[in-house]
Amino acid sequence: MSGGVDSSVAAALLLERGEDVVGVWMRLVPGGVDTDAPRCCGTDEAGEDARRAAATLGIPFYALDYADVFGKHVVDRFVEAYASGETPNPCVSCNHHVKFEALMRDVFAKFGGTRLATGHYARVADARDGTRQLLRARDAAKDQSYALYMLGQRELARVEFPVGELANKNETREIAARFGLPTATKAESMDICFIAGDYRDLVRSRAPRAFDAGPVERADGTVVGHHAGIGGLTVGQRSGTGVATGERLYVLRLEPERSAAVVGTREEITRTEYELRDVRFTRDAPPAATFETSAVLRYRGTPLAAAVDVSSDGARLRLTAPALVAPGQAVVFYQGDEVVGGGVVRAGSPA
Amino acid sequence: MKRVYLDHAATTPVDPEVAEAMDRVLRDTHGNPSSIYAEGRAARELVDRAREEVAAALGAQPTEIVFTSGGTEADNLALRGVMKARRGLGDHLVTTAIEHHAVLDTARDLESNGQVRLTVVAVDREGRVDPAAIAAAMGPKTTLVSVMHANNEIGTIQPIAEIGEICRDRGVKLHTDAVQTVGALDFDVSQIPVDLVSVNAHKFYGPKGVGALYVRRGTRLATMQTGGGQEKGRRTGTENVAGVVGLGVALRVAVERRTTESARQARLRDRLIEGVLARVPDAVLTGHRTERLPNNASFCFPGTQGESLIVALDLAGFAASSGSACTSGDTEPSHVLLALGLERHVAQGSLRLTVGRATTDADVDALLEALPPIVARLREASAVSV
Repeated sequence: MSGGVDSSVAAALLLERGEDVVGVWMRLVPGGVDTDAPRCCGTDEAGEDARRAAATLGIPFYALDYADVFGKHVVDRFVEAYASGETPNPCVSCNHHVKFEALMRDVFAKFGGTRLATGHYARVADARDGTRQLLRARDAAKDQSYALYMLGQRELARVEFPVGELANKNETREIAARFGLPTATKAESMDICFIAGDYRDLVRSRAPRAFDAGPVERADGTVVGHHAGIGGLTVGQRSGTGVATGERLYVLRLEPERSAAVVGTREEITRTEYELRDVRFTRDAPPAATFETSAVLRYRGTPLAAAVDVSSDGARLRLTAPALVAPGQAVVFYQGDEVVGGGVVRAGSPA
Repeated sequence: MKRVYLDHAATTPVDPEVAEAMDRVLRDTHGNPSSIYAEGRAARELVDRAREEVAAALGAQPTEIVFTSGGTEADNLALRGVMKARRGLGDHLVTTAIEHHAVLDTARDLESNGQVRLTVVAVDREGRVDPAAIAAAMGPKTTLVSVMHANNEIGTIQPIAEIGEICRDRGVKLHTDAVQTVGALDFDVSQIPVDLVSVNAHKFYGPKGVGALYVRRGTRLATMQTGGGQEKGRRTGTENVAGVVGLGVALRVAVERRTTESARQARLRDRLIEGVLARVPDAVLTGHRTERLPNNASFCFPGTQGESLIVALDLAGFAASSGSACTSGDTEPSHVLLALGLERHVAQGSLRLTVGRATTDADVDALLEALPPIVARLREASAVSV
């Protein structure tokens, strides 16, 4: 339970169904540390909200500390990614390593639970072949299945996403009101929930070398300007350079070893092929060595027609039309409403 | 689900006689004990009677009792008050490694502010302080020694009378945090040479938020707060009339029942200790085997985490506690368990069971039935996650 309305309503729905529900809140920042991050679900203040929601529902409630695992798998990786010229995806890291690894292990093994439910907007269903499917939420506008692509059969067999079955946000609010839960929707915790101000301040303090100044070049090596550090840049963002020539230039590639940023035109930065690493499949195996898919390149992004070639150490994404996705970002494979799997865009792909 | 409460060292339920006495005060006596008119006199009389009850239970004189907001305040007042009042005589404070945080953190605060020099004396593997080690730690500038009467986590009882003799011989004041023992053990300041004693009502079936400090006549004590001068200036602030009445009644009732109740609880404690050691593989008893509080059975189960034990027992219907607090993902073992020389991985899996007046043999049976599979499950889980 994050303290927000979605996980509170998830608990209420399970309770209504007659389940034996225990509320767990995860401390993600060290106790006593005030991050001022209004969307952070892991502060003591959010924990108090979660405690009140559990008390309203009359269920046992425990505050558990995951600050170490969150710091290592989410915050450290976030900093490392920016310092190495990638664009991190902290929601994916958090779901992968904190919620559906560390928390899930504790819920089953330590507390004797049989299933883990969260307030994510997604659905899990039984396929005809007996496997479990991960599906988009009923309410497409709230769908969060993108950030859950790393779940395999082991996890899917034991998770529940009760709010993913709801038709829309109004239904969530109605249920919250019925149970006397606070209905005020907090700012949605997506993107960089654990940082209050500018993420670059965090990267700068933890990885100062990422803020060494360096050249801004075109793909042919022509220097067109200078930047204040690749830690503050993201592949695909508009570059301030090139004004003189009247061209719109975007960050094409970041080269941390020489602190260089390579920029190019829209045509130069979009591609049809991307190499992926850490590829995972929700049914634990790909549908085929090569399969057709609707690829989603960012959270709530438009599905794009593509094919995926699976290899021993990853996969190649072949898009029908050129598109841009930054190294470090997740590409998720859908077939209809089902999440088939996904992977992370490799750095240093050919230009 | 029927609940089994086995955490009486944390707090105890209020005795019905105490609740009734406090209820009468709250309904009928609204006066301020400092007021000279009839309503004030009525309140004053209640406070005086409570002071007499507390004094009688400790073998003290009523003027030697200072009411406080609880054990923590009593400890703070004793340490800060004596060190300040005796500054002209010396600045050295001696305490032990297994004190409650109310003593240990207060001592460290005084040290870090440059107000005292501090010596922390170690304990043996059973948590006993050697009186000779206290004597060895003392120097010419030692003005106060603070040694708890019995430890709240492991239940070990200290040889406080022996330590008291040493202190008295050297003209050093002795404070003891007796929060866990007053009410449970015979404690008579006319027999034990101790100068300051911290008492906390909610540990012996009284209300939370009220306690007392016994201050032997002739022991100078500086006040920690300034104001209207109540409690002879030693602890100023309008008296918590209902609270001190509750404290007085609770202590009187506890002393009346002590002989039979402590023996009964000690038998339940021994059943817990023997049962757990017999049924849980590799269970380690913490604290002294015989010199321990009549209600305390505390253990470590290597391969488990204290917090997980508490959660699992809670979900199974039992209230118990652990000396370990989970901070930042890893279970931080308590300073008491580490002071015994236990290894961290052993100390992490600590469990404290403390019985009370309402505990029955059936409760002990239920715990002995529920605990072994929980420990086994947690050990399996931690083996997987390593």
